[in-house]
Amino acid sequence: MPEQNMQGQAEQKKRQPLFHMIKRNSLPLWHSVAIRAAAILLAFVFTGILTLLFTGKDPIRIAAIMFDGAFGNSLRTWVTFQNVAVLLCISLALTPAFKMRFWNTGGEGQVLIGCLATATCMFTLGGKLPDWLLIMIMTVAAIGAGILWGLIPAIFKARFGANETLFTLMMNYIAIQFVEFFLKVADKSGSNTVGPNLLSHGWIPALFGEKYLLNILLVAVLTVLMYIYLKYSKHGYEISVVGESENTARYIGVNVKRVILRTMALSGGICGFVGLMLVGATSHSIDTNLAGGYGFTGIMVAWLAQFNPLVMTFASLLIVFLQRGAGEVSTVAGLNQSFSDIVTGILLFFIIGCEFFIRYQLIPNREHKFFAKKQTQEEQVQ
Amino acid sequence: MNEAYALEMKGVSKHFGDIKANRNVNLTLRRGEILALLGENGSGKTTLMNMICGIYFPDEGEIYIDGKPVVIASPVDAFRYKIGMVHQHFKLVDIFTAAENIALGMQDEGKYDIREISARVKEISSRYGFDIDPDKKIYDMSVSEKQTVEIIKVLYRGADILILDEPTAVLTPQEATKLFSVVRRMRDAGKSIIIITHKLHEVLSISDRVAILRKGEYITTVNTAETTESELTELMVGKKVELNIDRSDPLTDLPRLELRHISCTGPEGLPLLRDVNLHVCSGEILGIAGIAGSGQRELLESIAGLVRLDKGEIIYHNPKTGKVCDLRDHTPVQIREMGVRLSFVPEDRLGMGLVGNMDIVDNMMLRSYRHGHGVFLDRKNPADLADRIIGDLQVATPGPHTAVRKLSGGNVQKVLVGREIAAAPIVLMTAYPVRGLDINSSYMIYRLLNEQKQKGVAVIFVGEDIDVLLALCDRVAVLCGGAVSGILDARTATKEQVGYLMTHSEGENRHA
Repeated sequence: MPEQNMQGQAEQKKRQPLFHMIKRNSLPLWHSVAIRAAAILLAFVFTGILTLLFTGKDPIRIAAIMFDGAFGNSLRTWVTFQNVAVLLCISLALTPAFKMRFWNTGGEGQVLIGCLATATCMFTLGGKLPDWLLIMIMTVAAIGAGILWGLIPAIFKARFGANETLFTLMMNYIAIQFVEFFLKVADKSGSNTVGPNLLSHGWIPALFGEKYLLNILLVAVLTVLMYIYLKYSKHGYEISVVGESENTARYIGVNVKRVILRTMALSGGICGFVGLMLVGATSHSIDTNLAGGYGFTGIMVAWLAQFNPLVMTFASLLIVFLQRGAGEVSTVAGLNQSFSDIVTGILLFFIIGCEFFIRYQLIPNREHKFFAKKQTQEEQVQ
Repeated sequence: MNEAYALEMKGVSKHFGDIKANRNVNLTLRRGEILALLGENGSGKTTLMNMICGIYFPDEGEIYIDGKPVVIASPVDAFRYKIGMVHQHFKLVDIFTAAENIALGMQDEGKYDIREISARVKEISSRYGFDIDPDKKIYDMSVSEKQTVEIIKVLYRGADILILDEPTAVLTPQEATKLFSVVRRMRDAGKSIIIITHKLHEVLSISDRVAILRKGEYITTVNTAETTESELTELMVGKKVELNIDRSDPLTDLPRLELRHISCTGPEGLPLLRDVNLHVCSGEILGIAGIAGSGQRELLESIAGLVRLDKGEIIYHNPKTGKVCDLRDHTPVQIREMGVRLSFVPEDRLGMGLVGNMDIVDNMMLRSYRHGHGVFLDRKNPADLADRIIGDLQVATPGPHTAVRKLSGGNVQKVLVGREIAAAPIVLMTAYPVRGLDINSSYMIYRLLNEQKQKGVAVIFVGEDIDVLLALCDRVAVLCGGAVSGILDARTATKEQVGYLMTHSEGENRHA
């Protein structure tokens, strides 16, 4: 019998888990920030090692090229911040919908339809009206178009319970086709862009001679407003309640349908505003790729920041930096364009993976043979 | 050495962060015995059982099966040692039959033969006296049938040690009696059974021995034959507890709320409420008894303005103006605007009454966030209310900014009941307010309801424990299949009368 017990204990040692996993109760803020920062740092180190292994190029030099690509001169810096502003603004637009658990994957289409409304006004009314009036009409049209594009799936969701993810996704393609149609009508030459020569009126004036400054400032203000709206307003509170539990919302007498419609109007409206800025203030042109996939990247940014508008600023800066930096790397260092995707992928993996360490604590299991062996080794040394 | 125990735990501890869920627990289980595991909420019963089932791994201590030390590092290990657990919440696939559910997850050699499985299921059923049709779909089953499937699933896999987590919480008294006879038969066939329950009278009637946990610590194990209800309570709580509910006489017999011929149908066209006539007076507690799903939820939700009625009237007698109004077809907000102060503690606390991911302060606002004209929220008053409730009702929480989802069941309920009572209701509706609560918290809720009654509030109490219904309420209305099958005076009615009405509606009576 004792022998059997010994055997049992040996088996017990062998089959014990290596770590005890313990759920954390709460974590000081700086601690969780530190874990996330460490994750980002580790991701870069890991990327560096991978780069060295597979391309043989000096990772430090690559990093320098990336930085140069994003912030190398004043134009590059402006473009980087402009892109951050656009991405951030779309993320802000998606956030209230996401907090309501309404999976708005239609940011791309809502932006494009805003672009289209702006361009249509510029094309048809340009020169016939004073510019200030035209800009006002453009603004109303762009935001209105965005609202419409957001409301259509919301109405179907509220009335018939239609799946909003698919619905908003499909609305993207409809928007693209509308833009395609506009391009054909506006430019008979068959070009796939309608440029500043045709959209020559209704340009939103540049602030202090910097064409991107107005965008950046407006988005900065919007970020703060959205933060306040979600956290301190009655509407924001209703959005959270509807998102967490529709039953609770019903119980306290919130009109769930109205909240869905109102929130999607807001979401679409802000996307439409992005469209206005893209066409009216910066590019003065329109093509089907003007939103550049940011309608989807914005989903990622919103999630990464856990729907906190202030954190989204950093998340979008990080993503834009990677994209712009890697673009530079691909031309200068001769690496493939996929480099950017790979880096972004690794980064996301680390950031999402570190959530585990924020929620759980790992304590080494002293009884495991892995540690037991170490102990015996230490004893032998002694 | 004596006969080895079927299961023995020695010095088992488990902590989560700073919380010690189990400290130095010693537990023994013999072959062919029923061991009741007794303890208040948060005393570590579930954690302990999860360690036996391989869901958690103990930080310290050993587990022995048949006298041999074992490591249970995963549910697969538990299965290997013939340990099976029947959870409180069933884990069944609705669109499968009983036999298919039982076969699910089995890793037998050979090919999948559902007929053979059905035959074995029938064989197991007849051996232990279960009553089950292996080819019936789960969605067609009653709660007690689903539970039977869960138990057979465990037996089918050859378990010798069965753990039943609060098996009677969802059953009628008759069903519970039936379950107990099956459990006794399993014991007589040599199985070892651990049964977790809050209900002391059940512990006394079913178990051979009782193991008691208190705040994660193992207190003792006593022989059931040599103990009493009050001794068990004292061991469990650590001090003497008065197990009587003070019942004052109802203040008035003036109806405050009258339900006249209300009926409603569910989304599938089935009647959920059938011609219900009830009234509740100010200063009385009206109990509602019935098997789960007999229309209790629809009854309360129709009063709260959440369910559309096909017909009938909900008449409210306003005590201030003396006027009468019909609440039917009004939304919750409209009802409040009519000056009807209605508080409602729903059955689904975290899914309806509260928002789990929000903190206590934000949950306080749920009812009142519309106050004030501005577009911004006022968190000052809700924060004061949160502090007051945490203090008055002794809510165990790190602070008012803890998400309610992180609180234990009893504390969640205190937050919810506290908020609803703070609204100074005229009608107070509560659905299963003590479900899953320990003795201390339960008696606190009873006391709060009694206080409201004495203030002249019309209280509706939907309950499942008939003993409590008869001890707390003034009148008890019994629902059966969406209809009122009888209204009894709680002071004179017997448990058997209530149990009978729960399964026999008036119509059936007449035919019989």
